[in-house]
Amino acid sequence: MSEVRIAGVGLTPFGRMPDRTGRDLFAEAGLAALDDAGVVPPAVEHLFFGNFMGELAEHQGHQGPLMAEAVGVNAPATRFETACASSGVAVREAVKTVRNGEADVVLVGGMERMTNMGTAGATDGLSIAADDLYEIRAGMTFPAAYALMAQAYFEEFGGSVEDLAHVAVKNHDNALPNEYAQYRNAITVEQALDAPRIADPLGLFDSCPISDGASAAVLVSDEFAEREGLDAPVSITGSGQGGDKLALHDREWLARSPATERAAEMAYDDAGIGPDDVDLAEVHDCFTIAEVLAIEALGFYEDGAGITAARDGETTRDGRLPVNVSGGLKAKGHPVGATGVAQIASLTKLLRGTHPRSSDLDDPRVGLAHNAGGTVASATVHVLEVMDR
Amino acid sequence: MSRDDTEAPREDGFDDLLDAVEEGAGYYLSCANGHGSLPPRRVCPHCGSQDLSEEPLPDSGTIETFTVVRVATPQFADDAPYVTAVADFGEVRLTGFVADPTAVEVGTTVGVGVGRTETTGDRVLTLDPR
Repeated sequence: MSEVRIAGVGLTPFGRMPDRTGRDLFAEAGLAALDDAGVVPPAVEHLFFGNFMGELAEHQGHQGPLMAEAVGVNAPATRFETACASSGVAVREAVKTVRNGEADVVLVGGMERMTNMGTAGATDGLSIAADDLYEIRAGMTFPAAYALMAQAYFEEFGGSVEDLAHVAVKNHDNALPNEYAQYRNAITVEQALDAPRIADPLGLFDSCPISDGASAAVLVSDEFAEREGLDAPVSITGSGQGGDKLALHDREWLARSPATERAAEMAYDDAGIGPDDVDLAEVHDCFTIAEVLAIEALGFYEDGAGITAARDGETTRDGRLPVNVSGGLKAKGHPVGATGVAQIASLTKLLRGTHPRSSDLDDPRVGLAHNAGGTVASATVHVLEVMDR
Repeated sequence: MSRDDTEAPREDGFDDLLDAVEEGAGYYLSCANGHGSLPPRRVCPHCGSQDLSEEPLPDSGTIETFTVVRVATPQFADDAPYVTAVADFGEVRLTGFVADPTAVEVGTTVGVGVGRTETTGDRVLTLDPR
């Protein structure tokens, strides 16, 4: 089985670019990744592409071939849709393809165009990741879904909106030097608490922004990397995916994420590591409560114990487990179909030592990426490791 | 969006349940192992049993979690602020709508009804404080 190396990564800045087409966004990220890898487009043997709502945002289905041609790739191209985990799942399929020897060079990426839909339109678009009959028709939005989970968490385990505010403050601070981040402004706990509520108990600063953007990564077999003399020090050594019932009310627990637990268990087993071996993590913090649920389900904290991690400085850059050093979805932005690969891109740079926050970290060797769809009815976990050369 | 004279396209199973709730005869699907779920289903989502029967929805349930939605989708724009809540009815839970944003909290006893949204006039499953 081939080892999967990350030869290059590329991003567009995330933010408000309502007039830019999806194909142009992905072309920017894809070409950046190929350039970073030192791989020419004709060498790519398959494109794995994540996008959630291109039909709604720009009346565009069948995006795989469109995105392949946008980066000059003439190869099979497949789009994956698992809501906000769309490109996390694309990464997983790309890893399998390289491992089983079907391809030596694959391009994986994602793109989402959202701000052209407006706030109400994007809220409507995102809501279709929930159960249309029994959730959306009861007025549920995605902030509302995570608010239901936050309220359930507070009921079961305790915690407060102030604890959640510390997650937002941390992730905004992390994003300050990140030129690709949508928000590069520091916020205070007081500002977060004073912000208007979107869906009680969650306020404006508990929520990630609506974002446009794209991400890409070139994955190659270790044989190819060696043959071509590529500088690709980071490997994907573990991959896992978990699933759950679509509707929150059909889950056994309202304040836990078993799909993340299952994805993590699979990825840890695959990599031959455990949660204690992870040096830093990029987790799916679409809302502040989501970071809390993630760090518990990933095994970094017991259920109910993750709520104070940011407040206590355990997940800050100088803490025992830095979480979302890129700024996370919260501050970096969340063009949903691009997020899974954007996490891989950020982690790769952090592990290579080429990220603006690298100097704040203590030579990390093992990183974890966690991408979630819906109210975590889909989740992927990937383990990235710096390989000895 | 504005109120429209035409009903939304019918969804078998879902609209059958709403019809039954309107007539005071709400139900859910129960499998041989006592797992509840909502129609339309051919298979229990919890255990895969295909032995599903319609059981009467209990007269009252309890709010397990809730949120006051202040930024709504266009379909609920004129309804905001309102509550979306999950209520426990024993074998099954329901997500429902409460028009009054101050009417429920965790632990409130509720029944199930069918209302109309302010924005579109579409039918909606409501959780009604008892």
